[in-house]
Amino acid sequence: MLSVIVFSALAVIALASGIAVFRVDSMARATYALAVSFVAVGVMLLMFDLDYIGVITILMMVMEMAIMAIYMIMFMGMNPALMPMSMVHNKRWSAILAVGTFLLLAGGALLIPWAARTGSPAADLTASLGEAIMGSKMLVMLTVSPILFATIVAALVLANPRGRYDRWGDELNRPTPDDPQQGGLGR
Amino acid sequence: MTLQLVLIAAAALFCVGLYGALSQQVVVMVMMGLELMLNGVILAVAAFWWFLTPVPDGQVLLLVVITAMTVEMAMGFAVATLLHRSRGSDMTDSATDLAG
Repeated sequence: MLSVIVFSALAVIALASGIAVFRVDSMARATYALAVSFVAVGVMLLMFDLDYIGVITILMMVMEMAIMAIYMIMFMGMNPALMPMSMVHNKRWSAILAVGTFLLLAGGALLIPWAARTGSPAADLTASLGEAIMGSKMLVMLTVSPILFATIVAALVLANPRGRYDRWGDELNRPTPDDPQQGGLGR
Repeated sequence: MTLQLVLIAAAALFCVGLYGALSQQVVVMVMMGLELMLNGVILAVAAFWWFLTPVPDGQVLLLVVITAMTVEMAMGFAVATLLHRSRGSDMTDSATDLAG
């Protein structure tokens, strides 16, 4: 009974802060609200004995939201809390679609006769996860690793304002680099 | 605590995120909506794992979802930076070159 109460409270916090993300005027507050939602879900994962996944979710998302707050402040160029303005489109249809999707998913959750639980969790869930990704599920890690590496490269290429083609020309054959300020390393 | 209760909470989180992803104009706010949707997915996967088959496979799937979230954020920030540099704007409505 206590777990139901705690879980329900966490769910309300996660949902309320999720709604607050799109209701508050300040971008920083929106980011913090999202961080609160993630922390609440992370604690829910801890209630499922998912210690490792729960902790990395909380740590990763809090750091991610800190970075996101910087981006919001950097790109918005003004404080919406001081200059409230509507930055939404298709509000009505978005709401209709979201409510319709919720009714569909909630209906499915309530009406589907879910199977009974088979098996029981391992004594040490973190160790069993480690054994799985280093054993029978190694292909998942082998796939995820290059994807993450490709993401790092792609993100750097997209975010980099000046690459070597900007400096040395399309054929990379310019005798001197086209830099705003001369100097630095040559070829 | 029952599977249904957790799934309804996850569905609610997913749909709030869906509303945000569809309605927001700022790229970073759209990313926040996508994050909320994935937040709901994480909760639903954890619930399926715990209430149906608590074997390590479910945990591996959770790791994959968290990885997808990380990739989405990294690429989203990179695209937002590129968009802001080239257009001086971070609105989705100013980046419709490939639409339709």
